[in-house]
Amino acid sequence: MTDLAMGHYGLYVWSSLAIFVLVLLIDTLGPLARRRRNLRELRARLARQENRRRPGTAQSP
Amino acid sequence: MANWVPLWLHRLGSPPVFYRFAGAVRPWALGLALVLGAVALYGGLFVAPADYQQGDAYRIIFIHVPSAWMSLFIYGAMALAAFIGLVWRIKLAETVAMESAPVGAAFTLITLATGSLWGKPMWGTWWTWDARLTSELVLLFIYLGVIGLYHAFEDRRQGARAASFLVLIGAVNVPIVHFSVNWWNTLHQGSTIRLLGPSHIDASMVWPLLTMMAATKCYYVSSLFARVRADLVASESGKGWVRDLALGDEAKDPTA
Repeated sequence: MTDLAMGHYGLYVWSSLAIFVLVLLIDTLGPLARRRRNLRELRARLARQENRRRPGTAQSP
Repeated sequence: MANWVPLWLHRLGSPPVFYRFAGAVRPWALGLALVLGAVALYGGLFVAPADYQQGDAYRIIFIHVPSAWMSLFIYGAMALAAFIGLVWRIKLAETVAMESAPVGAAFTLITLATGSLWGKPMWGTWWTWDARLTSELVLLFIYLGVIGLYHAFEDRRQGARAASFLVLIGAVNVPIVHFSVNWWNTLHQGSTIRLLGPSHIDASMVWPLLTMMAATKCYYVSSLFARVRADLVASESGKGWVRDLALGDEAKDPTA
């Protein structure tokens, strides 16, 4: 078993791990948010079209 | 070949079928990537012994080398998809090629950053214009060029086709990165793991490396599928299946 200080190299080893985890975390979360945003925008567009087709009806929530 | 294989592939090329397939596979691929990654990091950072010359600094290899493999592997997958998209005009292949680029760029960035963090204590410098380092930096620029070109067009398919050409031209850099350590006298060390012949590394260090390689492959599948799904709901937004998805299924979809 190794100690967490990694000899004198802890800073280099742990920052490498931090960069690895951080970059992949951003890469994972980005597309999930993008898909939800795309669907939300589509829902808003469909609601607007629906309102145009039937003028006088209430605005969608 | 059995007739159902091309039939299945043909069906998978349809966006709604692929969307559902990707949605079903993605959580499993991500879960497998997390488990394998955790096992590999435990094996690499804690179980494997220190290197006799580099001490514990060599442990960066368990992040650096699998990321470097992925930076080239993803380029190969992207080039194959771009080729299929250009030749057979399959929209899904274009999407797969374009959505591979950001994942490849992420792994290339990790490779360069962790290589720098390894170079400082071992070589005494963060960066040097060595053949391996320079060609990997060019690889990052090609990935960024592909992403930029794709988004520079108003029409997405036109952008995908233009960027696919760039992908195929940029493929010349992949063997240059791979063989740079043999072709030129570099500061960067040669290959540690060899497919043919014995590897230059002990078995206790090989298994975490190979496990991390499997983890990053699974991660690529998971990230690519999430990206293709996000892309399809935008590019297919005029189609009935995406409308149904937006209006109805969203609440029921567990991967939302």
